[in-house]
Amino acid sequence: MIKLIGVVIVIAGLLFRFNPLLVVLAAGFATGLVAGMSPLEILSAIGQAFVTNRYMSLLVLVLPVIGVLERFGLREKAEDIIRSMKTLTAGRVMFVYQLFRQVTVGLGLQLGGHPSFIRPIIAPMTEAAAAREGVSNAGWLDRIRGMSASAENYGNFFGQLIFPAAGGLLLIKGVMENAGYKVDLLVMSQYAIPSAIAASAIALARFLLLDRAIRAAGKNKGGDRG
Amino acid sequence: MNVTLDQIYAVTGVFLLIFTVLTLTDKKQSGKWGTAAFWGLYGISFIWGKEIPPAVVGGMVVVMALIAGAKWMGTGDYLSATAEFRRKMADKYGMWLFGPALAVPLVTFLVAWLAPKMGALIGLGIGSIVGLVLAFLLTRVMPVQAFQEGRRMLDAVGWAIILSQFLAALGFLFDKAGVGKVVAEMVSAVVPVDVRLATVIAYCVGMALFTMVMGNAFAAFAVITTGIGIPLVVKLHGADPAIAGVIAMLSGYCGTLMTPMAANFNVVPAALLEMSDKNGVIRAQVMTAVPLLIVNICLMYFLAFPGK
Repeated sequence: MIKLIGVVIVIAGLLFRFNPLLVVLAAGFATGLVAGMSPLEILSAIGQAFVTNRYMSLLVLVLPVIGVLERFGLREKAEDIIRSMKTLTAGRVMFVYQLFRQVTVGLGLQLGGHPSFIRPIIAPMTEAAAAREGVSNAGWLDRIRGMSASAENYGNFFGQLIFPAAGGLLLIKGVMENAGYKVDLLVMSQYAIPSAIAASAIALARFLLLDRAIRAAGKNKGGDRG
Repeated sequence: MNVTLDQIYAVTGVFLLIFTVLTLTDKKQSGKWGTAAFWGLYGISFIWGKEIPPAVVGGMVVVMALIAGAKWMGTGDYLSATAEFRRKMADKYGMWLFGPALAVPLVTFLVAWLAPKMGALIGLGIGSIVGLVLAFLLTRVMPVQAFQEGRRMLDAVGWAIILSQFLAALGFLFDKAGVGKVVAEMVSAVVPVDVRLATVIAYCVGMALFTMVMGNAFAAFAVITTGIGIPLVVKLHGADPAIAGVIAMLSGYCGTLMTPMAANFNVVPAALLEMSDKNGVIRAQVMTAVPLLIVNICLMYFLAFPGK
């Protein structure tokens, strides 16, 4: 029971809105201590895992490219494009991107991401589409940006396990084989497909509802575009 | 050409040290010393992570968490362009601006596909460099300004960028302490384990909830599969481990959609998009995640027990 102290600390720490880094650190130390590790061993374990998992933060490398392109009008240009595509609504832009992301990641291609696609391209496109309906106040912008960011996550999460060499599948294989069960990567990748289709369908419904809400909000304001 | 992941890490570290220097020389930077120390330590962990004793890295990590917790990090003056300049440049360069942006994923893909030994992570590193070089050639911007723009975006994200690495470390400690076994005992005490559907729900909902706590479906998978999946769903009720395993992981991803602990997917994008509501991305995702979790429970129940 006492071994669950780390879980308790994480839940309580987040609930009381402490900085997540401090919460995780406290949980790690508490868990290590009840497992009988010395503070130095815990520090070593944290340091080792931190270094091993550096690949999770490689997005640092992409920032200067995107930053420079933004300085030279990338966002403005993306907005120009959507303004020229008069029929594409915000929700449809999101769905097309989500589908593209799901299909490509399912083929094992990492084409996408919040810093490289959502911020410079998809978010400005959806914002411009909403502005055409006369919807551009701060509350709506937040809602539209949140939905744009979600399209990336839906596509990424519910497409990636269709690729037979996906990291997630390799982890499942590892855990199952540790326990003495042989599993086949190709079988697993096939059984990721039904969830992928369900995710797409639910996301499509959400995006179309968003379009309806934007249209209604635009109409309510009548001629007032301020 | 053969590039190693260590070389990509070294380049990342150099970027971070450049950001550190720019922070220190920025007269308008708020929280100057905290910000500089944070990115400096982070850069060091990228360049010399393997050479420095793990306990020392652990100590650096603790210092970084304290800096973030004490709110000693701030933003600076990045000598950014005015809206008029951006508008003028957008008209001047037009569609060419998308070239360097698309070069990053394109190179990533080409490397992953044509040089599978290097893989996508190294591809991303090479792609970023190629994209940056193309951006230099296209815009003729001063290199130092490129790093100012990069620093602008990094400061906007802030400490959240290292949360995933923190969670991986936490999962490692959970594993060492044997948290999984304790979970199994507790679930058996609450769930009617004779009922197949009850164990399936426990496995899928357990994955979602634990992923929300850990912020990472991979870390949760090891704990919940050893604790619930294998003893109750696979052993007791004879589920196919491959099918149950993959659907459990996808249930975990439903949890990922609903937690601020998954900083890279939910909190960092909210910061990148400059949303006023830090939980705005999660708010958008909950109404998709809950129905999808129910679908996954049904899928596991109907698909993972062939002929039973």
